[in-house]
Amino acid sequence: MGTISLKKVRKAFGDVVIIPGADLDIKDGEFIVFVGPSGCGKSTLLRLIAGLEDMTSGKIEIDGHDVTDVAPAGRELAMVFQSYALYPHMSVRNNIAFPLKMAKVDKGEIEKKIAHAAEILNLTEYLDRKPGQLSGGQRQRVAIGRAIVREPKAFLFDEPLSNLDAALRVNMRVFIMQLHKNLATTMIYVTHDQVEAMTMADRIVVLNKGTIEQVGSPLELYNKPRSLFVAGFIGSPKMNFISGKEAAQLDAHTIGIRPEHIDVTASKGLWNGTILLAEHLGSDSFLHVDASDAGRLVVRAPGEFAGKPGDKISLKPVSDRLHRFDSAGLALARG
Amino acid sequence: MARKQSTRRTIVLTAVAWTIGILLFFPIFWTAVAAFKTESDAYTLPQNFLTTPWTLENFGIVQERSDYLRYIFNTSVIVILSTLLGLLLAIPAAWSMAFAPQAEATSKLSGWTWLAIILASLVICFLGLYFTDWKPANAFVGIVLLLIFVVPASLWAWTRRTHDGLLWMLSTKMMPPAGALIPIYLIFNRNGLVFKDWGWINLSDYNIMDSFWGMVPLMTLLNLPIIIWMLFTYFKEIPVGILEAARMDGASLWNELARVLTPMALPGIASTCLLNLILSWNEAFWSLNLTNKYAAPLSFFISEYSSPEGQFWAKLSAASIMAIAPILVIGWFSQKQLVRGLTFGAVK
Amino acid sequence: MATRQAQALGRLALAPSVIALAAWSFVPLALTIYFAFLRYNLQDPDNTGWAGFSNFYYFFKDPYFLKDLINTLLLVGSVIVTTVVGGVLLALLLDQPFWGRGIVRLLMISPFFIMPTVSSLVWKNLIMHPVFGLLAGIQRLFGAHQPIDWFGTYPRFSVALIVSWQWLPYAALILLTALQSLDEEQKDAAAMDGAPPLSYFYHIVLPHLARPITVVILIETIFLLNIFAEIKVTSVGGFAGNLTYLVFSQLNDATDVGMAAAGGLVAVVLANIVSAFLVRMVGKNLEA
Ligand SMILES: Nc1ncnc2c1ncn2[C@@H]1O[C@H](COP(=O)(O)OP(=O)(O)O)[C@@H](O)[C@H]1O
Ligand SMILES: [Mg+2]
Repeated sequence: MGTISLKKVRKAFGDVVIIPGADLDIKDGEFIVFVGPSGCGKSTLLRLIAGLEDMTSGKIEIDGHDVTDVAPAGRELAMVFQSYALYPHMSVRNNIAFPLKMAKVDKGEIEKKIAHAAEILNLTEYLDRKPGQLSGGQRQRVAIGRAIVREPKAFLFDEPLSNLDAALRVNMRVFIMQLHKNLATTMIYVTHDQVEAMTMADRIVVLNKGTIEQVGSPLELYNKPRSLFVAGFIGSPKMNFISGKEAAQLDAHTIGIRPEHIDVTASKGLWNGTILLAEHLGSDSFLHVDASDAGRLVVRAPGEFAGKPGDKISLKPVSDRLHRFDSAGLALARG
Repeated sequence: MARKQSTRRTIVLTAVAWTIGILLFFPIFWTAVAAFKTESDAYTLPQNFLTTPWTLENFGIVQERSDYLRYIFNTSVIVILSTLLGLLLAIPAAWSMAFAPQAEATSKLSGWTWLAIILASLVICFLGLYFTDWKPANAFVGIVLLLIFVVPASLWAWTRRTHDGLLWMLSTKMMPPAGALIPIYLIFNRNGLVFKDWGWINLSDYNIMDSFWGMVPLMTLLNLPIIIWMLFTYFKEIPVGILEAARMDGASLWNELARVLTPMALPGIASTCLLNLILSWNEAFWSLNLTNKYAAPLSFFISEYSSPEGQFWAKLSAASIMAIAPILVIGWFSQKQLVRGLTFGAVK
Repeated sequence: MATRQAQALGRLALAPSVIALAAWSFVPLALTIYFAFLRYNLQDPDNTGWAGFSNFYYFFKDPYFLKDLINTLLLVGSVIVTTVVGGVLLALLLDQPFWGRGIVRLLMISPFFIMPTVSSLVWKNLIMHPVFGLLAGIQRLFGAHQPIDWFGTYPRFSVALIVSWQWLPYAALILLTALQSLDEEQKDAAAMDGAPPLSYFYHIVLPHLARPITVVILIETIFLLNIFAEIKVTSVGGFAGNLTYLVFSQLNDATDVGMAAAGGLVAVVLANIVSAFLVRMVGKNLEA
């Protein structure tokens, strides 16, 4: 079991309020991703759940038990740190065995679990090395190994891939997702990278300045962002925002439209503009367009689109994909 | 990138540096030479140190007459036990200050309030001593009265924010021994000059003057501030995340300290031990004042050669060489690591 | 930041050391203050009583007090000047490239590791003895019939010489470390600018060394105020004794606890003046 619920969790360092009050229910076996810009309090929230920080007020329950005053060790959670936090003086074997030794698991059992974990993680031949002799990816796997042998109620990951190079990052991403599928254990995963969030999560928690902006599946967030912040944060390239006269015509303070929801037409579009820049990625082309009334827009066009800077084009938004926001930045019902 | 320099300049520098180095080292060299001469040759050393024969006899005689091995044993016991005891106290303290620092004082009382409390308790303590007895002859009364003062003072020290606590600890190292000599001497004294009357227990047979029971804790306390300070600076270099990982992995405080922190900080702990070793090996003030036989260390042993009738120079030299050789070698090897401790970290 | 639990544990982990150090620093201090106001002589231990300020009065009136206070200041002052000036020069020298730098460095720092009782006896007997000492031998080589009796004629100088010999390596080692942290690039830049050596020293090296020099001065002062073995072992306490020695002899020879305690308090006050500055400097570094 591994349900976790946060009730009015508040955290302040001295007078500085980092998390004003967070409510969240995490179901057993769920893959939850905390996403938000750097400095928004993701790590702090994760560390509150881990018990590495005290809440200023509020309550955290794991499997229905109040763990507010339970030390990290007693919460039966495992954490994978951004810096891996391996024990530099211990071999890989001992690093993985450490939590088991602390739990006084017997020797034979420990051996079995290490062997099993090493096999899953492809670490068998490195068991007797020290962390210093491993590559970044291998260290990452040791850190994961150390977490899985304990069979915790939930895994906490704090930006575990941010120190890896791009190719390795994609591999590890897939690996962690498979791990989640096999273990079916609750995982909370912190990242500032919305692509990671979109590809991995069952549900995403979007944080902004310590406040939970929206919780939902990746598609929900993509299709129905509840605020300007979520709309802008989820999706790449970013959603275009237009305010002023154009927005007022639709009874909104701001309207938003994603680059992939604007069609390029030869004429008679809603907005006319000039191509400033064309990024040809092969599969797609992203056009940066100066559309006089609507301001600068990014538009996705097919890969074979032949427009070049200076060309005049006309743009037509897919109407049921228009998002409307009020002056407070909250989404308005589709109109 | 090193700057280019002419060979001539290097030669001059080499000559000057070696001359100064040899001059500074010369007294030690000279002692070593005298140690290998016969007693009568030692007196005429300046005239003919090259022509007189060399001998090893002094070392044997020193051992035979003055029991050198007993003194080096005493020194070793004091140095090693006090270092271990010091680490036992200092590792948790330094851990606490490095990883669970207190940004604010934990007591709400202001500095002036504390000062008033401490001064008042000191006055009460003195009045008590004054009215019960002129000197704290009755141990129980004396100790209770002293506690009246020491408890609030310790509480004050204990509730400081971490930085101030650390500085307070360092400042105890700066207290002059002359200021502590009298009470320590009286408390340690063979015949129990203060605290001698323990009522139904006759403690006058169990004194701590000239015993390891006195010298080991004393040496620990003398160097504890430096040990804590050095360990603190080394611990600060260890990433907190690793200790947090241990906490997540279910390690108790003991396991966190013994299995994670201590092995990781081993190089720093080793340098700390070395400095402590050097300082306590060479300690002279308390050794000369509080020992004379059973627990007397090497510095006392050497001072015995100062009496005029004991002027056997070759033997004095042999004894000196035996007393300084171990620590000199250790000093040579650890000189670079010592700077941190020798400056209280005030020089980086 | 740690959790409340960790901080509570931290307070507990700190307690043994705090208690030990508090006992060590507060108990003797309290008793010393107490004894300083007591009539208490070990010759007549049962005849005690309130002495008021008379211990201080007689301690200050004791001709040895003024002499030993002056000796203390002279010793501290002369050793500091010698070791700091010598230390800067040595550090500058050791910072240059030359052959056998490592060995010379070892030779130079060796005196610091010699126990005070050994260095005192070695200097007194083997080096500075009026008849059999090395210096006497050298003097005779130059035709002197009556070599100088260093400890008899110049006891203060002789003690200062020994102590300087012991502490010069300390200053040199610390200052050398500081010097080596002077940026290579800065050195190169100065060399490129063609700064003459003296102005380079004055404008770049000296400001860089200002702080370590202060630290050396403060720390040496604290240790030098407490010089004892060098005076006791060379038996020059009567002529070149310092305050520490005076307190010792009040206790040991005059067996006057009250007077000795009064003297001890004077030493505490002196040391505190210096340590206040040192603690402030260390504290600044801690915050940085
Ligand atoms: N121990 C601390 N003391 C004071 N402020 C802190 C502490 N830890 C984090 N913060 C502040 O809390 C905010 C959120 O930090 P963090 O949770 O690490 O952000 P994220 O992981 O989302 O990048 C930051 O502004 C940071 O400066
Ligand atoms: Mg973070």
